[in-house]
Amino acid sequence: MTVINARSVDEALTALRDHPRARLLQGGTDLMVEVNLQRTSVQDVIALRQVSELRRWHVDEQSRAVRIGAGVPYAELERNPLALHLPALAQAARTVGSPQIRAAGSLGGNLGTCSPAGDGLPVLSAMDAVVHLRSATDSRDVSIHDFMLGVKRSARRPDELIVAVTLPLLDGFQGYAKVGTRNAMVISVASACLIHDASEGSIRLAYGAVAPTVVRARNAERWLAANAPLRGRPVFDRALASEFGRRAAEECAPIDDHRSTARYRRHAVAVLAERLLLQASGYGASREHTT
Amino acid sequence: MSGENAGNEFFRLTVNGIDHDVRDAWVGESLLYVLRERLGLPGTKGACEQGECGSCTVLMDGEAVCACLVMAASAVDSEIVTVEGLSTDGEPTDVQNTFVAAGGVQCGFCTPGLIVAVHHLLDRTPNPTDLEIREAISGNICRCTGYGRIFEAVRLARDARLAGG
Repeated sequence: MTVINARSVDEALTALRDHPRARLLQGGTDLMVEVNLQRTSVQDVIALRQVSELRRWHVDEQSRAVRIGAGVPYAELERNPLALHLPALAQAARTVGSPQIRAAGSLGGNLGTCSPAGDGLPVLSAMDAVVHLRSATDSRDVSIHDFMLGVKRSARRPDELIVAVTLPLLDGFQGYAKVGTRNAMVISVASACLIHDASEGSIRLAYGAVAPTVVRARNAERWLAANAPLRGRPVFDRALASEFGRRAAEECAPIDDHRSTARYRRHAVAVLAERLLLQASGYGASREHTT
Repeated sequence: MSGENAGNEFFRLTVNGIDHDVRDAWVGESLLYVLRERLGLPGTKGACEQGECGSCTVLMDGEAVCACLVMAASAVDSEIVTVEGLSTDGEPTDVQNTFVAAGGVQCGFCTPGLIVAVHHLLDRTPNPTDLEIREAISGNICRCTGYGRIFEAVRLARDARLAGG
């Protein structure tokens, strides 16, 4: 019954092995709300805020990827230089809570909590991110698509720590959009991330808060690939974007709750997908076509 | 309740440059609670206790954070500055003075958190735009003023500092 302040990943993993029921604490923006509102009586807590290894990120030009430590705060993701490498992630980071929350919250926390409304998760899904997990005895890499299992359920074992996430460096448009009741301090009603891989010739769309986990609009993606050339600088007209949005909305499974209705969420997904595709249209060429 | 949470925690926090021994905190106790109830520093206010209102904003290692979301026992080896620690000579700071001058204080409950957030802004960004000011205090909720006079107070403090005041 104690709080263990880990100073390194190894210390955290040893503590996790010795205290299998311990809760992991990174920024505190989820766990402390539970504790304060007394929904959770915590036993053992392993605090990660002093683990500097989790706060580092680096670009690997050779593999064209960015590896981001699980504890890198949103405040750092939203700024250059990371924002230049991963613009959609930066946009998502800017929509998180408030400056105070963004100084504390991290992708590791987003993944650990695994809420379908987690603002960073649609970006990880659309970019086919890889989650790096470690335990005292082994380590493994899990695709984001296999990591998220359900509402607040993930593939992380109790003895594992999320240490980092790897995202590819891509050429092409990257966009993130979110619907909420106001601009700051809002949990998403619906969100979407659209990533264009100009060299591979693919467009990927993921959405949040409209299904038990963040999901990809695979059918809409395939339909678009079959109906538009996607290499280089593709141009999309409004009719195509509107149909893309309509198809994307068919693939979500929203619910009614205190934040919104299923009907509104489905509509929002269609609008977000359409808008993001129009923003991606001709990206890198002239910007006159955008609205 | 039973003693399940009575961890008899002992740890040391550095607040406003002074080391404080904290005893008998329960496991999971927030920095907000420890500041107000154990260390006698009630300037930091508590309202939502879920990071939405900003009234408990403090500086931790130079970052503005919500003290209600910081587990106190994890804040060891950090430099914590509360609203009480912003002034070094017992006089109001420049930001506190412009809040008074501009009428940026009504009921006053959100004021300490706003003062800390504005100090953080102006120390980082000496010449913030209106948009940067709005963004910097977007996590601090005020239900009295409508924010107009608060923005004016921040502009006055910014301009005075830029003029070398």
